Amino acid sequence: MKNFNAITTAHIWVLDHQQALDFYVGKLGLEVKSDFSRGGFRWLTVGVAGEPVPEIVLDVPGPPVMDEKTAEQIRELVTKGATGVVMVLRTDDCFATYERLRAKGVEFTQEATDHGYGIDCGLRDPFGNQIRILQPKAWQG
Amino acid sequence: MSRVIEERNRRLLRARDAMDRCYAEPLDVAALARIACVSGAHFIRTFRATFGETPHRYLQRRRVERSMFLLRESDRSVTDICLDVGFTSLGTFSRTFREIVGQSPLAYRRSNAPVSGAVPACFTMAWARPSSFGEAGRRTGLVRSSR
Repeated sequence: MKNFNAITTAHIWVLDHQQALDFYVGKLGLEVKSDFSRGGFRWLTVGVAGEPVPEIVLDVPGPPVMDEKTAEQIRELVTKGATGVVMVLRTDDCFATYERLRAKGVEFTQEATDHGYGIDCGLRDPFGNQIRILQPKAWQG
Repeated sequence: MSRVIEERNRRLLRARDAMDRCYAEPLDVAALARIACVSGAHFIRTFRATFGETPHRYLQRRRVERSMFLLRESDRSVTDICLDVGFTSLGTFSRTFREIVGQSPLAYRRSNAPVSGAVPACFTMAWARPSSFGEAGRRTGLVRSSR
């Protein structure tokens, strides 16, 4: 018997919840899956509309989870683009999605390109995290 | 202070992304500094402090990485590839290539088979880029065995 049957939740660092919502929901078009605040913390997750998993936790580094010095180090790494590709989003039409998001002012690092295994493009969130959008070959018509 | 550094990092990253995207164009410090919203001299200094190398070196490694890709995956001539990736003189290209990779463009082509298809292109581009942090010359191929 296998140990797992799905990846339900993953986590990325953002620098501000509202700015993250404006981008991930307002621009990319993901939907809020969960938004719960109490005291100093906020459990905020987003995902693809209609898809139960995975949910991505949009988390802001800081106390009491870590000291301010550590949070500062994380913020510096995020803003210099050192967090790597934090997610790959699948699409049925990469060129169309690329054009739509570009019109919304999304900061692309690479335009939609056919690589043989699929068409993909790259972008950054407002904080520096790198995201890819992929239309795998198998998805074409 | 932290906020100032974060905003500067983000602007420098935008300039670095521009080098990754427009490597084949004649990029100059003034244009890149404008993207980062700083003066030219300040741009070089802060870029180096942030990313560990000068913008010039970063761009050279980007161009050399793209040339390695074309040498591996295409039949184009070395001269064509040199111009394709943004170098304007074959002499500078060959010297820079040898300095960074540790062998000539033709020797590299002969000793490296294509890798396309096995790994997403963005990942190959990032990891196949020759390093300027001391390893250049020692690790010239793509295969990173048993690490």
